[in-house]
Amino acid sequence: MTRLAVPKTYKLFIGGAFPRSESGRTYEVLGANGDFLANAAKASRKDARDAVVAARKAVSGWSGATAYNRGQVLYRVAELLEGRRAQFVDEVQASEGLSRRDAEAQVDEAVDTWVWYAGWADKFVQVAGNANPVAGPYFNLSVPEPTGVVAVVAPQGALSLLGLVAVVAPALVTGNAVVAIADERHPLSAISLTEVLATSDLPAGVVNVLTGSAAGIAPWLASHADVNALDLAGAAELDWVDLQIAAADTLKRVLPPDGRDVATRSLERIGAFTETKTVWHTKSML
Amino acid sequence: MTLDLARTVVGSELSERSLRAFALGLPGVDAIGLEQRAASLATRSIKTTSKRWALDTIISLIDLTTLEGADTPGKVRSLVAKAVLPDPSDPTCPQVAAVCVYGDLAHVAVEALGSNHAGGGGTINVAAVATAFPSGRASLRVKLADTADAVEAGADEIDMVIDRGAFLAGRYGEVFDEIVAVKEACRRSDGSSAHLKVILETGELATYDNVRRASWLAMLAGADFIKTSTGKVSPAATLPVTLLMLEAVRDWHRLTGDLVGVKPAGGIRSSKDAVRYLVTVAETAGERWLDPRLFRFGASSLLNDVLLQRQKIETGHYSGADYVTID
Repeated sequence: MTRLAVPKTYKLFIGGAFPRSESGRTYEVLGANGDFLANAAKASRKDARDAVVAARKAVSGWSGATAYNRGQVLYRVAELLEGRRAQFVDEVQASEGLSRRDAEAQVDEAVDTWVWYAGWADKFVQVAGNANPVAGPYFNLSVPEPTGVVAVVAPQGALSLLGLVAVVAPALVTGNAVVAIADERHPLSAISLTEVLATSDLPAGVVNVLTGSAAGIAPWLASHADVNALDLAGAAELDWVDLQIAAADTLKRVLPPDGRDVATRSLERIGAFTETKTVWHTKSML
Repeated sequence: MTLDLARTVVGSELSERSLRAFALGLPGVDAIGLEQRAASLATRSIKTTSKRWALDTIISLIDLTTLEGADTPGKVRSLVAKAVLPDPSDPTCPQVAAVCVYGDLAHVAVEALGSNHAGGGGTINVAAVATAFPSGRASLRVKLADTADAVEAGADEIDMVIDRGAFLAGRYGEVFDEIVAVKEACRRSDGSSAHLKVILETGELATYDNVRRASWLAMLAGADFIKTSTGKVSPAATLPVTLLMLEAVRDWHRLTGDLVGVKPAGGIRSSKDAVRYLVTVAETAGERWLDPRLFRFGASSLLNDVLLQRQKIETGHYSGADYVTID
């Protein structure tokens, strides 16, 4: 007997919940062969605004957690990702038209990348921080602190899961909260990632994912005064110079697109969304 | 004089018995209808120039409030600075209607306001809470002394709480007499009088019927304003309760020609909420009530949210908490 298809209509991920777009709009997600895969929510500027509010609320708790705790929570996310490996492989394959092998390779690499960054959570400060040499009876210490709310435009059009993981994970490591715009044409793996995040120990609002038009939402995030940093990894196709100009008006850290489909694992990506705090302390009070 | 009016409205000499009969004789509130009416008024969408007007109106209706046990003179002075110039980046931003503080800090607010004080050539009033705020659990003697103190310290408005215990026990005459006595204590030596806001603490009154009765009792006793809540009890101000109180002042106005104000307080934190209140005021009591003399918001964090919305309209992009002052 033939079963009826059960087409899915996905929603956004804001503040740990899955709301519909405030605009009520959705768009069709098509597979590489043109088949209908699902409906995804088309986020509006107000959804972006709500996501920033949720992220801002989450910053203090997430950045205030111990580095060890953040590492554990992120590692747990990797465990859950691994548990859903088959689903991610199917989605990536159907959506991007990859061979089974390439799809598996992408998902494996995404999980490994997540684990790699999770491991840095309680090590990054030792490496990037410093006891500075001074000519006096003082300690002078520099430590990296999270920038705050980071808006991310995920890479568009290639390796949707890995591309997203490679930009979201490094921002999370030090305690930032993230608002990410998923790959517009291949949002399914990003949506499944949010289902993983929602059932992990990650506090609500630490990651918020918007699906829909990057060109439509990115300008609102770039100019939003309550967003502290902007990762334009997937904005190469957009008018990213204008985004950078809008960001400058509200004093943001901006990471311009570097031309790669997938950001390479690096400490620089972690460091890009930190601010260095330097403190003096006298030695003589001992 | 006011009591003559009360006698006319009640239709007999004022006594525990007659007030009780009057209050219990008020028509019952249709709770479902009230909540649906409030919900339907809350759906109205206010955009662009109307929104801009609404935001400025909200600011001009705010009683900027700090009522914490940990309040210091410094905290009150910074509150006053914010009341005088809510948005330092925009001098066209209107000032708030009043600052609301505990009675012992009223003199600090008056001094800090200086020429911005309503009594000193400006427009900002000083409101002080009195009568053993927030519980109201003290003897009448103490409550009157509390009120007289605040008036002497320069408060232009007194926010009193009713004795909810007496009200819920059905001793309406006692509640009435107390409001009358406090109103008397608001009188200054020069014969003028501080405005009296009567806090019903609707969160403790249990039913809409009680809110209606308490509203009428307060108006009969000469309240200049009826106020929903102290902000210390949850639920504080809600839209249906405010709608009900607006109906009471509207009916009172029709009956007597007197204008009584309404002040929802507590729990109104977003501009969106506040706009809903404006709509409700305009649709219930009338646009005449959209005036600091007849409507106020008791709020503290609301002001920052309104300022963020104003900045959004001004700059075209969303603003953030880093661009307004910390309370």
